[in-house]
Amino acid sequence: MKIRLGNEDIQSASVRRLERITGEDVKRCYQCGNCSGGCPVSYAMEIPPTKVMRFLQLGNIEEVQNANSMWLCVGCLQCYSRCPQGVSVAAILEGMRQETLRKGESRTEVKEVPFPFLKKAPQQAIVCGFRKFVG
Amino acid sequence: MPRIGVFVCQCGNNIAATVDTKKVAEEMGKLPGVVYTCDYKFMCSSPGQEMLKQAIKENKLDGLIVSACSPHMHEKTFRKAAEAAGLNPYQCEITNIREQCSWVHHDKTKAAGTVKSIDLTRMTIQRLKKNQPLNKIKIPVKKKAVVIGGGIAGIQAALDIAEGGREVILVEKEPSIGGNMARLSETFPTMDCSQCILTPKMVEAELNERITLYTYSEVEKVDGYIGNFTVTVRRKAKYVDEERCTGCGECIEKCPFKVESAFELGLSKRKVIYTPFPQSVPNVPVIDAPNCTKIQKDKCGACAIVCGPKCIDFKMEDKLETVEAGAIVVATGYQNMPNERFGEYGYGRIKDVISGMQFERLASSSGPTGGEIRRPSDGKVPQSVVFIQCVGSRDEKKGVSYCSKICCMYTAKHTKLYSHKVHGGQSYVFYMDIRSGGKRYEEFVRGAIEHDGAMYLRGRVSRVYEKDGKIMVQGADTLSGSQVEIEADMVVLATAVVSRDGADTLAQRLGIGYDKYKFYNEYHPKLKPVETVTAGIYLAGTCMGPMDIPESVAQGSAAASKVLALFSADEMAREPITSVVNRTTCNACWDCLTACPYTAIEREAIKDRQGNVVRWVAKVNDGVCQGCGVCVAACRSKSIDLKGYTDEQVFAAINAF
Repeated sequence: MKIRLGNEDIQSASVRRLERITGEDVKRCYQCGNCSGGCPVSYAMEIPPTKVMRFLQLGNIEEVQNANSMWLCVGCLQCYSRCPQGVSVAAILEGMRQETLRKGESRTEVKEVPFPFLKKAPQQAIVCGFRKFVG
Repeated sequence: MPRIGVFVCQCGNNIAATVDTKKVAEEMGKLPGVVYTCDYKFMCSSPGQEMLKQAIKENKLDGLIVSACSPHMHEKTFRKAAEAAGLNPYQCEITNIREQCSWVHHDKTKAAGTVKSIDLTRMTIQRLKKNQPLNKIKIPVKKKAVVIGGGIAGIQAALDIAEGGREVILVEKEPSIGGNMARLSETFPTMDCSQCILTPKMVEAELNERITLYTYSEVEKVDGYIGNFTVTVRRKAKYVDEERCTGCGECIEKCPFKVESAFELGLSKRKVIYTPFPQSVPNVPVIDAPNCTKIQKDKCGACAIVCGPKCIDFKMEDKLETVEAGAIVVATGYQNMPNERFGEYGYGRIKDVISGMQFERLASSSGPTGGEIRRPSDGKVPQSVVFIQCVGSRDEKKGVSYCSKICCMYTAKHTKLYSHKVHGGQSYVFYMDIRSGGKRYEEFVRGAIEHDGAMYLRGRVSRVYEKDGKIMVQGADTLSGSQVEIEADMVVLATAVVSRDGADTLAQRLGIGYDKYKFYNEYHPKLKPVETVTAGIYLAGTCMGPMDIPESVAQGSAAASKVLALFSADEMAREPITSVVNRTTCNACWDCLTACPYTAIEREAIKDRQGNVVRWVAKVNDGVCQGCGVCVAACRSKSIDLKGYTDEQVFAAINAF
């Protein structure tokens, strides 16, 4: 991949906005890879947590938005508990999800979920699922 | 008949595990001349040493062998103990049965190790029988030091030696002391102004009555040895009388000619009569003779006309001065690798590609832009600056294979300075690794990234080129796995720290070693970091390899403390293991003279009673000789012997095998 980097990328407004929403500072990440190492779903992510942080540092938020990473993140906070710099990738992915959902994109309506599934699923999963996909 | 004692050490299990020490002691007891033997757990311990002393007294021993570890470890310990018991210390010999025996034998039955230990100890006994008592060599010490190089390391060394009450001559090549540090704007990690912390030290050196500054001077020749050096210094013609000059600067103002300033690295011009920078010490201008029309063509002479005290003398010539000194501190510093070597980065071709040191001048409040970051081509404030690290460093093919150590830190400092001075500007740093080992260094780099917003990209830059008036930087970010292209207003190259031009010539004059990069070699990289192989010559600062200011200062002080220790006594005692020439058989072929790596061998004239020279022979200077034995091997007529290792002794040892 070839990227053209300019001041507007590094000082990207959308990344600054994401930082304000989540209270995280993407510059804090020093790319050690501990989050990707511990994440239970990073193997299935198109962009693993460490690279998510890198793309955000480079101001390339679209790349992350187009990947499945934020939808796979279960918010277990393994990344946050292990991060030596105290960065929560989970919080950042949560922020990105919320932004996407509020725009009305990729939103799952409760009524679209099949009733038998709702009945069978554990309560915890339903709460999490609503939070994650309904916004 | 000699009375020899043999003490076999078990060294805990280090020796005893594979050597039957008791058997070694018993076997040695059977040899003629050996009157006492024993083995003990730790001979080097206090009780072990006491035992040794007691045995010497009780058995009236006249020589002893300690079969233990390498003589590098405890030869001194045991010789001291022997001396305390009334023996000549050189009647105590060590047999190395640890490194050369027990550690290389893994046979648990102890057979091989024991046999070899017996052989080695027997050889040493026979060698000991031929020993002559030796006495330490006493050398008078001249209590004056010469410090070569007036950078921060040299200044620190000079100040500390002067503080210790000894005279110092500080020799500096440039018209002012201060060195590379005088060029810097701020220093990491505290960000205090470099000149603000350096100039007080420079002035202190100038005002200290025990320090004599020889600026605009170079060391031409060094003779002699520890305690007794003769240093010849060339004091280049300044064309200005240092004694009478008041430093008013009238001459500089009136001089009509300008040339590129070497101190400002070509970023601005200076007059032909000049001081390198405003706070120069001494504040005496010099005339740049090759560019002066008065000196070259006998035209102008404006400076001499305006000079109040009439101290300008166009006829001045270089002077050679000899200095008698007891010790020399070498602190000649470093220079940056010429950037021109890296064509792909466009240095020299693109005006706004500059070096890290040039950036220091741009950021310095006394620099050509008064501390504003303005690019050289059009004086505009750059909105995006790309810093490229490891230019020449860690580059075996085109540069040097070592890490220049300071670039990571000063680049982080540059990004900080830039962000403080240019609001809204963005800095980009291409790096391979961030090496920030040091007190508060890592925090400093993180601060540059997190608080001052420097964008660090992990990868080397492959190409810098111009396109539509912009500088295009093409590199990689291996962390995101992408190729990166940046439109930059200015590019700063962190070029490698290399040794000074002529470092090798000076090393040859001094007789000290240097590596393939012409950095000077310390005696021992860990345990003797400021000493050289030539006794009495010490090193400090970046002439040894890349290092930062705190390290250079620490080394300056370390070298000074070595000098002061040397000067603390009127005479210096040296190990008597030196070569001695048999004058009756020496045929003056001078093979020894060319072979000696320490230039310790001199020609001596033998005269008759009338004072006529009858013939010449070689003579070893005990002050310089390090006892390496090269001359012994080189001598065709077998006229040289090494004390403590004479041919007779060596043959006795071989015969005993």
